[in-house]
Amino acid sequence: MSEALEAIPTPTKPCCKGVAAPPESPPPGEQRGEETPPTSPLERFDDPAFQQQFVRRASDGHCAVTLSVSGMRCAGCAWRLEAGVNALPGVSEAQFGVAQARAQVRWNPSRLRLSEILSQIEALGCRAQPFVPDGHEQLLRDERRSALRRLGVSGLGTMQVMMFSIGLYTGAFGELEPAYRDLLRLASALVATPVLAYAGLPFFRSAWRDLRDRRVGAELPIALALTVAYGASVLSLFTGRGEVYFDSVCMFVFFLTLARTIEGQLRARSELRIHGLSARLPEQVHQWVDGRCRDVPLTALQSGDVIELRAGEVVPADGIVVSGRGEVDEAILSGEPTPVRKQPGDAVFAGSANLDAPVRLRVERVGADSTVSQIATLLDRAQLSKPPVAVLADRVARAFLTGVLLAAGAVAAYWAWFDAPRAVPIVVSVLVATCPCALSLATPAALAAATHALAERGLLIKKGHVLESLAQVGRVVFDKTGTLTEATPVLSRVDSLQPGVDPATATLLATALEQTSRHPIARALRAELPASSTLPPVDALELIPGRGAAGQIGGRRFRFGRPDWSRALAAAPAIAADGLDSPRAGTTALLSDDKTPLAAFYFETRPRPEARDAVGWLERRGYATALLSGDPARQEVATLATRLGIQEAHAGTSPEEKLRIADRWVSGGDVVLAVGDGVNDAPLLGRAQVSLAMGSGSDLAHLEADAVLLEDRLATIPLALEWAHRTRRVMRQNFAWALGYNACALPLAAMGLLPPYLAAIGMSLSSLLVVANSLRLRHPPPGAGGATS
Amino acid sequence: MSALFFLIPISLLLLGAAIAAFLWAVDHDQFDDLEQEGERILFDDRASDERDTTRPGSPS
Repeated sequence: MSEALEAIPTPTKPCCKGVAAPPESPPPGEQRGEETPPTSPLERFDDPAFQQQFVRRASDGHCAVTLSVSGMRCAGCAWRLEAGVNALPGVSEAQFGVAQARAQVRWNPSRLRLSEILSQIEALGCRAQPFVPDGHEQLLRDERRSALRRLGVSGLGTMQVMMFSIGLYTGAFGELEPAYRDLLRLASALVATPVLAYAGLPFFRSAWRDLRDRRVGAELPIALALTVAYGASVLSLFTGRGEVYFDSVCMFVFFLTLARTIEGQLRARSELRIHGLSARLPEQVHQWVDGRCRDVPLTALQSGDVIELRAGEVVPADGIVVSGRGEVDEAILSGEPTPVRKQPGDAVFAGSANLDAPVRLRVERVGADSTVSQIATLLDRAQLSKPPVAVLADRVARAFLTGVLLAAGAVAAYWAWFDAPRAVPIVVSVLVATCPCALSLATPAALAAATHALAERGLLIKKGHVLESLAQVGRVVFDKTGTLTEATPVLSRVDSLQPGVDPATATLLATALEQTSRHPIARALRAELPASSTLPPVDALELIPGRGAAGQIGGRRFRFGRPDWSRALAAAPAIAADGLDSPRAGTTALLSDDKTPLAAFYFETRPRPEARDAVGWLERRGYATALLSGDPARQEVATLATRLGIQEAHAGTSPEEKLRIADRWVSGGDVVLAVGDGVNDAPLLGRAQVSLAMGSGSDLAHLEADAVLLEDRLATIPLALEWAHRTRRVMRQNFAWALGYNACALPLAAMGLLPPYLAAIGMSLSSLLVVANSLRLRHPPPGAGGATS
Repeated sequence: MSALFFLIPISLLLLGAAIAAFLWAVDHDQFDDLEQEGERILFDDRASDERDTTRPGSPS
């Protein structure tokens, strides 16, 4: 299979993180706490009973399956995956679609197993599992389709009716025999009627609902205008007198449908499905029943059951350790990558990863009762109580619409009294001229353009209010580990403690001892390893949770890990080197052989390179900044805050404390932007008016945040804030224009100076102008903002 | 000009056909992904003879 990997050509310019990542690195989002487990968990997909649900057999014996694929960011990723899977011998067809995050694969089951296809996909940096149709996604798809259908019908209808109208208009200046005039009118009516009935239906339905509830909505004037115009036109058709406005009716419906479709698309794209927490939990667990260990589905697990948790597996449910000692990575809950030691009597949580040793637990809480699920429900509620940032469009629209209806009524009354025959076209003109078409496009067009542009630059916006809220933000709050700092530690220094011991050799020995460990220190060591070096073979390798790794290399015994345990091999006294014997596991390690300690290793979590620039930009623009960290090391947190220039710093804050501090700010009137990555940030992310999750953060953070920073680039934050301000400016310009046009057109129409067709054209042009103005937001401002690189 | 009595109904029929074709396209996923297919031509194709078309059970 490695030959297949090498044969895949990589595009010269990486399209995005997904393609640029080398095949060996784990999928984004899995960086913390666990590595891609060995192939065996995928082999359950080869089970015939399992396959029966998902795999289709074709008549020629080939198998076909639809997969849900996560991790594809653009067409380049899809192409790379297609190339990779097609390269496998036995695959007859593989198609990957980015828009739907799905793949169709056809293969020859006698040459290839499904698990091999899935592991190839994982090797290329994405995750795949059998597609389970999701009701919500289906709903969005159906909505989009109906919107497109209505758009097509109204668009084609409008074009045809305008063709007929050309005949009618030119005929009006010269001589047009009644027969031909009526023919054209009839044809127009025949087209306009289905357009109105099919594409116009949503407007009538909304208007009817508004009427019933005695509310003023945007659809009421629209429905009114359409009814009056259509009715008057039909009347003229049969009486042979007056004007017909079928072209205006169709154009009206088309532009309004266009506005609604853009808006709907924007909303739908924001509701991106992200692999939820349940994707992390294993489907099968090893349960001890009657003294024998059997595999049962997770759904069958109940409180009180005893299960076996092997090294590298994800904890399936909250429980208490019954026997065994091990280290568990609780990063998903705490955001801290440092493993936590567990022994009998300790509690473990669903979603955390068991690192090194098998452990037996008694299940306490399953599924929705588990801590992690409870946090999820907690912050759903926090979200509901989130004070809404007033959306500009709503405020303006309501006042405007009431005004429009009153004006139309007044005009109708006036003309009906003074000059009845002219009343109808004038009222139609008034309603058309004051149509909130451009107004309703003002917001969605601007938001769509800005959202798309930001998505291309790595900011995935999930909720509709984000851009408008960002423009109002006054305070930015950061989490520490994984947000301002890199997610994994880095080897910063190796000190040789004995003459003749070379730090590079010591590093090689340490890496060899830790080569199979999932501990963050092991990952940091492996990251430092030059690609060409080979590790010496290790005999009698032992990974001892909470202590380190021990083994024999070239006949000598070594220990690498906690300083006190490591030097115990040599029975050496405590070493005075700085910080070496302090109880802070995870930042210092010692390599010893059985005679003497050899070298001291220092690890640190580095701040992200662009953190300082990003914070500096925020400071210069007058944003209040704060750092809320769950790390109890007060000194380290304070140092980091000073280094980056952050004004306020709190260390050792629990999720509840973070929420409390955020509450204080929000009720004090601040608009808060929170940036975080772990589950312990989730309540904070829920309470802040706008929240950003790091792309490498926990799944729960992704679920709860309003937006995701795809490539963890903090520099995108200043960019997003600037863009949000520009978007607000453009929206205001759009509103000003739309209202201005309506304000000027209304008196003209009311006085009878504006024929309906002119009103419709004017309305269309003003809508187009709004869209064109919004398109400016697709490009970065000249001299793109501050901290971006 | 009397030809109009003939031509206009034909144009309505053509319109109907156009709308039907559009609705068919929407219902058959043609508009689901407007970007990827366009970019597909920019990527190199693997030679199609490397694909597997052998039947399962046949000697290979």
